[in-house]
Amino acid sequence: MIRREADHVVVTPPLTDEEILELRAGDPVRITGTLLTGRDAAHKRLNELIMKGAPLPVDVKGQIIYYVGPTPPKPGQVIGSAGPTTGGRMDSTTEPLLRMGLKGAIGKGERGASMREAFKKYRAVYFGAIGGSGAYLAKRITAQEIVAYPELGTEAIRRLTVEEFPVVVINDAHGADFYEEGRRKYAKT
Amino acid sequence: MRTIDAAEITRAVRDLYMTCNYEVREDYRQALEKARTTEASPLGRQILGTMLENYKIASTERSPMCQDTGFPVVFVELGHDIRVEGDIKDAIQEGLRQGTKQGFLRGSLVRDPLTRAPNTGDNTPGVIHFDLVPGDKLKIDVLAKGGGSENKSRLYMLKPNDGIDGIKNAVRETVSLAGPDACPPFVVGVGVGGTFDKCAELAKKALMRKIGSANHDPIADKLEKELEVELNKLGVGPQGMGGSTTAVAVFVETHPVHIASFPVAVNIQCNANRHKGTVL
Repeated sequence: MIRREADHVVVTPPLTDEEILELRAGDPVRITGTLLTGRDAAHKRLNELIMKGAPLPVDVKGQIIYYVGPTPPKPGQVIGSAGPTTGGRMDSTTEPLLRMGLKGAIGKGERGASMREAFKKYRAVYFGAIGGSGAYLAKRITAQEIVAYPELGTEAIRRLTVEEFPVVVINDAHGADFYEEGRRKYAKT
Repeated sequence: MRTIDAAEITRAVRDLYMTCNYEVREDYRQALEKARTTEASPLGRQILGTMLENYKIASTERSPMCQDTGFPVVFVELGHDIRVEGDIKDAIQEGLRQGTKQGFLRGSLVRDPLTRAPNTGDNTPGVIHFDLVPGDKLKIDVLAKGGGSENKSRLYMLKPNDGIDGIKNAVRETVSLAGPDACPPFVVGVGVGGTFDKCAELAKKALMRKIGSANHDPIADKLEKELEVELNKLGVGPQGMGGSTTAVAVFVETHPVHIASFPVAVNIQCNANRHKGTVL
């Protein structure tokens, strides 16, 4: 579900192709609902399953995956610090997940040119969160459960419940890149 | 000759590693406060506000400011007139181990880079740089170095005639390529001279300098100031979403160099700027 408010867009997965097309690079977004998590190790395993044609331990259709490896929670905390990790490291393992219906990813940092094409082709978006602000972002996470690969520890696949989780659309499904636009706007040559 | 117990070193390292993850460097925090009033991009100002809010939460709640609680890098200056009772290396590693466990830090190191396993679970072994100095004091500095900004750091083996412009091009290129991936606003540590390995160490050491302090070498000081202006023209901005605050400081450390060589190392420090030191 997508709803446009005065100064931001509310996003709640699952998302459809039509909804994805409404999102534009630079849109400030607040996500309320559930997110999946996964980083390098989980992506590698999911890719291996997809290659073999085996079922995935979690359905990614319509979902958003958050590239995060949280710190251990202190007693009384829902989750430890939980900011985004570098998205570019997942470039080589993202397309198979898009093919399975994944609609979005949250990370920080640039994606390669091939990814820009892939987000267009599969109608998906890449959101940027504020890297380094793990304590702040953890406040927007109200529940977590491990849904696959507990042995990966911080890299396990989790399902997070989030409220007004703040991100910005970096790569939309129309081929735009907000990092590039932002830099161009403020560069002085 | 002064004697110091290894257990005291362990306690100090434990506390420094935990505390640096909860409390951003104060000089850096003040630099962001200032940048918030000068940043050209409205979104950039908002992002700086979020970063400052994050530091406040981390410090108040004693939670790590970033989930990547860093590769521990420890600089030790050991006075000639001090004798450590016990093994100083073990004492430091034990401090990091205890800090990770007691501080609820994330285990971010794998034992074997070739197999990528297993996770050591306690952020050991940290990298330790020892220096022997006159006196009877023991100085310990702990940096928690995030992977994102470390990944974007570079080492150049330039030619002697590339000169100051060569250094500037290397720094500009590194920062430009680092962009949003390395979580700006940055502090940029630049090592110039020495050997391949020494140069990288200089760049890391440079990150420890206090923001606003002048370089003792007037040529390096001028270079730092010029580079800071040039880097902030790149447009990268807070979190790489565009803006006029890309680097809040550039620090240059130099070392004598071979007549044939001109190594330049650029070490990037992200906005999770974690460094604490103490003197025992």
